[in-house]
Amino acid sequence: MAIRATHELHRRRFSRNLGLGLTLAAFVALVFALTVVKIRRGEPMQAFDHVVRPEMVPSQTTPREAGQ
Amino acid sequence: MSDIHAYQTTTGAGHEPGFGDYVQLLKPRVMSLVVFTALVGLLVAPVALHPVEAFAAILFIALGAGASGALNMWWDADIDAVMRRTARRPVPAGRVAAGEALAVGLALSGISVVMLWLATNWAAAALLAFTIFFYAVIYSIWLKRSTPQNIVIGGAAGAFPPMIGWAAATGSVSVEALLMFSLIFMWTPPHFWALALFMKEDYHKAGVPMLTVTHGRKVTRAHILAYTLLLVPVAVGAALTSIGGPLTLAVAVVLNLWFVVGALRIRRRDEAMAEADGYAVEKAFFRFSLMYLFLHFAAFLVEAALKPYGLGGW
Repeated sequence: MAIRATHELHRRRFSRNLGLGLTLAAFVALVFALTVVKIRRGEPMQAFDHVVRPEMVPSQTTPREAGQ
Repeated sequence: MSDIHAYQTTTGAGHEPGFGDYVQLLKPRVMSLVVFTALVGLLVAPVALHPVEAFAAILFIALGAGASGALNMWWDADIDAVMRRTARRPVPAGRVAAGEALAVGLALSGISVVMLWLATNWAAAALLAFTIFFYAVIYSIWLKRSTPQNIVIGGAAGAFPPMIGWAAATGSVSVEALLMFSLIFMWTPPHFWALALFMKEDYHKAGVPMLTVTHGRKVTRAHILAYTLLLVPVAVGAALTSIGGPLTLAVAVVLNLWFVVGALRIRRRDEAMAEADGYAVEKAFFRFSLMYLFLHFAAFLVEAALKPYGLGGW
């Protein structure tokens, strides 16, 4: 018997691949949209990495900044 | 013989699942109730989320509910195969392997909890994780086959979504969230016991210790009335909080009066009467119970929608 071009099994496999592909694309779009929303709101974009960064130190004015 | 036919006969892959079979694993009908109640919990909360965050929160709560549904189908495949109502589910019908259902359930559990955390906050994510654990382990694996109170305690799993929605918006749990939880929690036993009264053969055949099987139908009828009476103060109490208002209170009073009357009618009947009319009263009570929950949450939503116009709320 010749191999048929499309088979019920192919159809189901295609539906699974298409569904998964669309789901993954939608997931990527959602994560991108969430990222845009959170960054636009100015939420912290860097977690604590056990190293002191300048912006974490309470504001200190240097003599030069104080107008001297 | 083509190579595909050879593949089918040697591997038994004639039932290779399509995408729809995996969707069925997630119990889409249960998901719709989860989406609705979680959405209400999120929208009536005093803190407004950005629409994208709100959409993501509802999506991942629904996905978490679907994950627990898949885990339930993996564990309960033997029971589902016996019951007429559930025999066509993907695992008992042979369309999806039990191991695949487990893998889908575990993977989606992890994805939904982590993504809810990233999209909203850890409190909502922790509640979702607990809900999945509660439904899959406490209810499905432990209680369902061991106690006739399975529905009562297991009902908590279905009651969490509005609380998770509220937590997603506010980052905490308040008395309003607890009352929305209690409303579904107290509503679940009468709802399922009414179903068990007219689906008696299914649970009996499957050996699930439903109250109807272990304590008899007369006791079940009494329990339906008792839980319906306990539901009244919860429903009316919720209407008196910040998520309620005059409209919600009116809806709650009417719905609960109707529900109590239905439970009283069930209590007064015996099996001979029920058999005679094909369980008409029990079926009507079950159908009304669906409407009861929908209208209660719809009233919360309408109340919240009216507030900006100075109409809703107390």
